[in-house]
Amino acid sequence: MEHTEQMQTTCLHDKHIELGAKMSPFAGFDMPIEYSGIVEEHNAVRHACGIFDVSHMGEVLVTGPQAEEYVNHIFTNDVREMEPGKVQYGMMCHPTGGVVDDLLVYKMGAERFFLVINAANIDKDYAWIEQNAKGYDVTTENQSPRYGQVAIQGPEAEAKVEKLLGLKVADMVFYTSKEDTLQGEPIIVSRTGYTGEDGFEIYASHEVTRWIWDTCVKSGEVLPCGLGCRDTLRFEVGLPLYGHELSDDITPVEAGLSMFCKLDKPEFIGKEVLVEQKANGVSKRVVGIELTDRAIPRNGYEVEANGEVIGTVTTGYNTISTGKSVCMALVDARYGKLGTEVAVRIRKKVFGGVVVKKRFYEKNYKK
Amino acid sequence: MAKVIEGLRYAESHEWVKIEGGIATVGITDYAQSQLGNIVYVDMPEVDDEVSKGEEFGAVESVKAASDLYSPVSGKVVEINEALEDQPELINQDAFENWIMKVEVSDETEVEDLLDAAAYELITNK
Repeated sequence: MEHTEQMQTTCLHDKHIELGAKMSPFAGFDMPIEYSGIVEEHNAVRHACGIFDVSHMGEVLVTGPQAEEYVNHIFTNDVREMEPGKVQYGMMCHPTGGVVDDLLVYKMGAERFFLVINAANIDKDYAWIEQNAKGYDVTTENQSPRYGQVAIQGPEAEAKVEKLLGLKVADMVFYTSKEDTLQGEPIIVSRTGYTGEDGFEIYASHEVTRWIWDTCVKSGEVLPCGLGCRDTLRFEVGLPLYGHELSDDITPVEAGLSMFCKLDKPEFIGKEVLVEQKANGVSKRVVGIELTDRAIPRNGYEVEANGEVIGTVTTGYNTISTGKSVCMALVDARYGKLGTEVAVRIRKKVFGGVVVKKRFYEKNYKK
Repeated sequence: MAKVIEGLRYAESHEWVKIEGGIATVGITDYAQSQLGNIVYVDMPEVDDEVSKGEEFGAVESVKAASDLYSPVSGKVVEINEALEDQPELINQDAFENWIMKVEVSDETEVEDLLDAAAYELITNK
């Protein structure tokens, strides 16, 4: 594990060290992977409540008379019908249909949109956003350095956020946000997350983020959770991770995310390719595979059928919630049908499996 | 602080070995299990497999990652710890009690260049 001098840190870095977290580089940041243990943290989020430092995520503010038109130009989902306060998930695509990044778009007002992007892609995304804004009457600002961000997730999240932080969030609907104040400073709180559970994400100044973290952790009622279980949690409910199930070379249609692409919109970057793929089919797609053995299919392992390589594992685990060895994999679309028998090469052996739905565990969102 | 047991020999790749009557018992160290975190799968060799010193003979998998195992001795596998097939987490509970394989060694002097407890403790404290 290299800790280079260029490594960035979040505003909670010293808190992680104090808590004895196992740290590891992620997207250029020195991030906590686990504190008390990945299994305990995972289960806390599934059954109680956990808090994650996700301050490494990027934020871009788009404002101006043409903000709505512009965001719709670079975004696969459709922001035109959104009420202020609504949040949407979707992607930014290249003209080839490949994904620049997947992101959340917060509509904060008629001419004000807040884009939340992956840490690993901040520079690439902001360059993309600036470059495509030419000709639109909009202003873009990379606000990533300004914000800390925590995710408070799990079935008890609503009760804990109300009780410990004093925020009124019980009446918030899933995938909505509001601007509020905490410790006298403005914050953004949304009922969103990346775990398959109910929960909230809070964007605040570094100082207020530190106050939120301490208040939650010191109460003993919210477990600090690392990026280790963030990945096992999102994986189990079939959520993609950029760099694994999505990339510059994988389209949303290939990734099985067509429902977040509004192909009836007048235009957006990448639309032509996505429309074509939707009509004529794709040559490769992301599928779920369940193995018959306990051996664990990892990122990069080869997927085979009839003795031939047909694809590659993108993410795999022996899942904490179900105990099954499962993976998502990018495979030749001819082998993508549910029930197709395939195999994964794990070290020297080949283990049989079958194509299944990517949702390995049912989501438990607040409707 | 990870536990180290006197009298065992240790590989820098974090396996321990104990030789008694020509049979080597091999496992991973307490330090290794603490670094790995929750262990969810142990890929073990089969009985009668030949293993060679310094060569891969299986893997221990935590939730996050697979970690290859390297044999500290050469010889023939005579027994594997079948309890680990269903309860790999036993290694987290006690890494020295829950060995992985027993090997009929071809050359007992092979372990002489492995680390003793004091030397192994030094490399885990770096």
